[in-house]
Amino acid sequence: MFDQEKLKSLQERRAQWEETTLQKTLDRFPERMESFLTTSGTPVERLYTPLDVADLDYERDLGFPGEYPFTRGVHATMHRGRLWTMRMFAGFGTAEETNARYKYLLEHGETGLSVAFDMPTLYGYDTDDPHALGEFGKCGVAVSSLADMEILFDGIPVDQVTTSMTINSPAAVIWAMYIAMAEKRGIPMHLLGGTIQNDILKEFIAQKEFIFPPAPSMRLVVDTFEFGSRYLPRWNTISISGYHIREAGSTAAQELAFTLADGLEYVRWGLARGLDVDEFAPRLSFFFNSHNDFFEEIAKFRAARRIWAREMRQTFGAKDPRSWLLRFHTQTAGCSLTAQQPENNIVRTTWQALAAVLGGTQSLHTNSMDEALALPSEYAVKIALRTQQLIAHESGVVNTVDPLAGSYFVEAQTNRLEREVYDYFRQIEALGGVIPAIEKGFFQREIAESAYRYQMEIDTHKRTIVGVNEYVEDEPIRIPLLEMDPQGYERQVARLERVRRERDNERVGATLEALRQAARGSDNTMPYILDCVRAYATLGEIMGVFRQVFGEYREPTII
Amino acid sequence: MSDKKIRVLIAKPGLDGHDRGAKVIARALRDAGMEVIYTGIRQTPEMIAEAALQEDVDVVGMSILSGAHMALFPKVMDLLRQNGLDDVLVVAGGIIPDEDVPALRQMGIQGIFGPGTPTDQIVNFIREKVR
Repeated sequence: MFDQEKLKSLQERRAQWEETTLQKTLDRFPERMESFLTTSGTPVERLYTPLDVADLDYERDLGFPGEYPFTRGVHATMHRGRLWTMRMFAGFGTAEETNARYKYLLEHGETGLSVAFDMPTLYGYDTDDPHALGEFGKCGVAVSSLADMEILFDGIPVDQVTTSMTINSPAAVIWAMYIAMAEKRGIPMHLLGGTIQNDILKEFIAQKEFIFPPAPSMRLVVDTFEFGSRYLPRWNTISISGYHIREAGSTAAQELAFTLADGLEYVRWGLARGLDVDEFAPRLSFFFNSHNDFFEEIAKFRAARRIWAREMRQTFGAKDPRSWLLRFHTQTAGCSLTAQQPENNIVRTTWQALAAVLGGTQSLHTNSMDEALALPSEYAVKIALRTQQLIAHESGVVNTVDPLAGSYFVEAQTNRLEREVYDYFRQIEALGGVIPAIEKGFFQREIAESAYRYQMEIDTHKRTIVGVNEYVEDEPIRIPLLEMDPQGYERQVARLERVRRERDNERVGATLEALRQAARGSDNTMPYILDCVRAYATLGEIMGVFRQVFGEYREPTII
Repeated sequence: MSDKKIRVLIAKPGLDGHDRGAKVIARALRDAGMEVIYTGIRQTPEMIAEAALQEDVDVVGMSILSGAHMALFPKVMDLLRQNGLDDVLVVAGGIIPDEDVPALRQMGIQGIFGPGTPTDQIVNFIREKVR
């Protein structure tokens, strides 16, 4: 992009500046620290100039928005055309309580739904299962059968609003319940739009909500790819997630590398099923974290798009440009929130959200200030939603596409992250691929290492966290916290018992048996799961069939 | 305090898979010279009490972020007592609201460490209490 002669003279000028102006300043005013690190621990230079991006080729590396390699964005007009979807992750207690929260959020301008399920649901247990002791409704809403799903979306126009569901091991079952819920309301499945997270690889790597061993887990994922590509053209059958990898303590580069490696692994499994890449790749979507380091995060999003487009086009030979697009949801970093001085979290969330918007996100969840203490209160979640609306309508950052392109610093960071990603790709390859690397604990060890380094930086005051290791106060917390229905558990269990009593149990038995046969064979399990949920088989019963057929996975324990 | 290394069991009760904190603490205690046994995730109260007994530990540290602590911690405490482990120091960390702290102390959990606690504070607490 730069003239070689000019770069040469710039290099000389730079050396001169270092010897004169800079040296003089450093002599009089030494810098505050010996090295300046990103949140991920990568050193940042004092100054970036064209010399740091000398090899940048505009057309090859950046291009135009909506065109390959999509570094500048997946749409030609980006947020001038359509704002990102404001999608707040929400769920607690019973389906009734969460339904009321969805209506509250929609009333205040939310534009997409996002369901948080409780721990038992995430592990495929019914609320009254002994494994679920003490966990009902704590981290999300309990959905044990179609009856809960019907209440959860009661009065919500599911043919107009898209719904994202954070569910992994039981993703196919919960998706089937959503489809069946809409079907009962007369909405055919091809009209449904939304996302199931369904990213089992990052569960093994970071979030740990796996149930079955890797191979049968991947089979269920590919079953949803295949089913979705045929019957639900508007549905994202996976949200390949870096969010949880980052929350577990990874660096930005690790988040990006591991997530993209997972994505490429899903593509390989889809191809191995005999699907054409352009049949399913356009419905693969992504989910990233937006952490504290403003520019590093923006660079991460830009690098993500470029790498994915290249890999899909060059490595997998995808022909449909929609297969090249890395579309993503972002959530601000939960792990950056502090329990101390929770109001400060509003500010952290604001710049993290800003980074996501400047990075070209398609949808966004902004954390509430109280999330290091509890699930969000109405008061806190409204401020978090308003934060997005303020950025969208008042900050002016949406007025032009990818405004940070061409920044020597941001482009250099984008290139640096891309290099680090390919370094990791080579390491993963050398271990035999993603699943062998999981089984060897490679990702888990890399993440634990980064998490520990970060904690030590805070403990030794190399890294300042306001309110935690500096500017500490002893004030009690004054914000109101969420209170849940104390009768919720009883209500939920009573409903579950009623479902089991009133349904046609013979039909339930038959559909579960048919599912068992399908699971043992090689049929796509989705139609069988749909039959089970239509008959009001519970989540625990359906997942129980899979548990019996597939067995359960135990991970290597790594500190 | 004797020269014997302090033995600590770090445990993750319940379904919650958020193991970042447990692992960081396990490593910090190890770096501080303690013997650390980490159970891994998804441990039932029975598994934790059994491991504490088998491993003959001085300390049990439990980490939980799902909010199920008020259901699971009392069970662990009962089972430790039944196994004759009354003298084991029990500490806990994770997302534990202030209002639950008195009840947890009452049942014998001596140290409760919330988000943002420096690791050396936990190291020092254990060193002081284990003699």
